[in-house]
Amino acid sequence: MAGILVFAELQGGAFATGSLGLLEEAERLGQALGEPVHALVCGDVDGSQAAALGRHGATVVHVAAGGGYGLAQPIVDAVATLQAAESFRYLLFGASIAASDAAAGAAVRLDAGLVIDAVELAADGGELVTRRAGLGDSVLAHCAFTTPVGVVVVRANAFAAAEDRSGPDAELRTFAPEFRTFSTAARISGHEEAEQSGVDIGEADVLVGGGRGLGKAENFALCEALAAALGGAVAATRAVVDAGWYPYSSQVGQTGKMVSPRCYIAVGISGAIQHKVGMQSSGLIVAINKDANAPIFDFADFGVVGDLHAIVPKLTELVKARG
Amino acid sequence: MKIAICVKEVPDPTAEKRIDPGTNRLVRTGENTLNPYDRHAIEEAVRIKESGVETEISIVLVGPASAARTVDKALAQGGDRSVHLADDGLADSDILATSRALAALLERDAYDLVLFGQQASDAECYVMAAAVAERLDRPCVSQAASLTLDGSTLRVKRQVETGYDTVEMPLPAVVSVSDAINEPRYPSLPAIMGAKRKPHEVLSLADAGIDPDTVGGAGSRTTVRGLSKPAGRGASVRIEDDGTAAEKILAFLVENKVVV
Ligand SMILES: Cc1cc2nc3c(=O)[nH]c(=O)nc-3n(C[C@H](O)[C@H](O)[C@H](O)COP(=O)(O)OP(=O)(O)OC[C@H]3O[C@@H](n4cnc5c(N)ncnc54)[C@H](O)[C@@H]3O)c2cc1C
Ligand SMILES: Nc1ncnc2c1ncn2[C@@H]1O[C@H](COP(=O)(O)O)[C@@H](O)[C@H]1O
Repeated sequence: MAGILVFAELQGGAFATGSLGLLEEAERLGQALGEPVHALVCGDVDGSQAAALGRHGATVVHVAAGGGYGLAQPIVDAVATLQAAESFRYLLFGASIAASDAAAGAAVRLDAGLVIDAVELAADGGELVTRRAGLGDSVLAHCAFTTPVGVVVVRANAFAAAEDRSGPDAELRTFAPEFRTFSTAARISGHEEAEQSGVDIGEADVLVGGGRGLGKAENFALCEALAAALGGAVAATRAVVDAGWYPYSSQVGQTGKMVSPRCYIAVGISGAIQHKVGMQSSGLIVAINKDANAPIFDFADFGVVGDLHAIVPKLTELVKARG
Repeated sequence: MKIAICVKEVPDPTAEKRIDPGTNRLVRTGENTLNPYDRHAIEEAVRIKESGVETEISIVLVGPASAARTVDKALAQGGDRSVHLADDGLADSDILATSRALAALLERDAYDLVLFGQQASDAECYVMAAAVAERLDRPCVSQAASLTLDGSTLRVKRQVETGYDTVEMPLPAVVSVSDAINEPRYPSLPAIMGAKRKPHEVLSLADAGIDPDTVGGAGSRTTVRGLSKPAGRGASVRIEDDGTAAEKILAFLVENKVVV
């Protein structure tokens, strides 16, 4: 077993920035372990786009022919076909809807160890020991593999990609995965692009994030009024976006946007890891939640245990009264 | 239509969470409960049944014998029968080992649809459905925000990084559901009382035909070498609202120049 494979994920025709950061981290790890770094691209990509992954640390880029890679299972087939020829020691994936599931499927298919939600990759005594956050990020477990092959899913955007990096083009190799019947039984029959609302939440100085604790769509008016008073914008969790209470373009988190406003005010948000990864780099985090055990309090700078219906309208009035 | 729902027992969120530095194991003090995310999967199955499709709902759980109460909770929510794999040999199972045990249970019956919650509230790993589907050679889609059954075709809408996808697949299939797919109802008193009388199957590894070397610590493919503390965010303040919370938040915002 030799080498590190990084899954370079295409999202809407471009490489996910998380994949590029992961590739750069893999390069550092590869140097420490003395292992070369290859990348896997599934789907339609032009040669120069794929070869440019060399800039982020890949020496070889394997391009899987065929399609359907918006779903995880065809990716598992591609990984398994490539692994049969290359015998990589470690396979690294950046967390995403498709990639996390593909990593799990691949670990099963290869009977390899699997670590999810890794936040650090360390070379330790000639092997990879991942740091996996646990218990609401209160502890880091140092996980090692007991198998010759290890699969890792890295937390969304755990490693930032450098702004402009130079380097030689990677060598391109194309291969045809052996698809299994069940892997290609599901298919994507429709896609709705994220509609862009007027405000770009990534630009806002202050964000008021609303969650399911608001109780119903109409109560987002409470967040909108507070945001307006503060000169900010409104953000949302996946739970309320999936429920149709607020537009997808306002969603913060693993599957949504990464934001770092000067201040993030979380209203009726529990603080699940997948939301946290999108807003934890905010300057200040204020949380209003009626449940004293909500995980959001573990990473809020100012936490209020209380009913948002009592607190938010009053806060809005107080802010307005000052201006 | 036979539906299986995989449900997990997790520590009650109010229980203290701690890892024993000696054993690197999770110390579970206090009560355990049904993983809240799994209630959405049960509710979705109940809705399929209520739509007029003749349906049998099986609750499938891998966990210690003491998890029997959690099995009953799940049955009260809407199951018809349960399959519970309880064996000391399962302790220390990682994702690979647990998925092997679940797949073995699911292979004992011809389920048309296997449902999962979006994630376990203690593990935060959200890939069990994908791992089990791979073992069962079944199509799989995760994080379904809506689910429609059209004969033997399942149509799922789910959020991805670029918007919403509609995915179609033939049954039998494996699906995990997002917590926004529905609002689970509270079980009625008769449902709670009746749960105990529903057929319960409690199996050991031997009963289920699972080789003990393939599950538990022996069947796991990862090991924890040590623990450390992540860097925190630094000092933080937490208050209970006594009627003046809005004033205190304002003062905090002014102090930090968010409000001038
Ligand atoms: C693969 C994957 C990707 C995901 N991607 C994302 C993502 O990009 N973004 C995201 O946000 N989530 C994402 N999630 C979902 C995430 O795990 C949580 O399910 C979600 O963030 C929960 O949203 P919530 O906080 O609004 O709802 P809940 O978890 O239901 O929390 C609601 C909170 O409101 C509080 N509350 C209720 N009433 C009141 C009141 N009157 N006053 C004050 N507080 C009240 C409750 O105590 C509770 O803490 C993802 C999950 C998975 C598995
Ligand atoms: N021990 C278990 N027994 C039954 N189902 C489980 C078990 N562990 C996980 N699951 C299922 O897998 C889902 C995701 O769990 P996880 O991948 O551990 O976060 C849960 O919502 C359950 O549906």
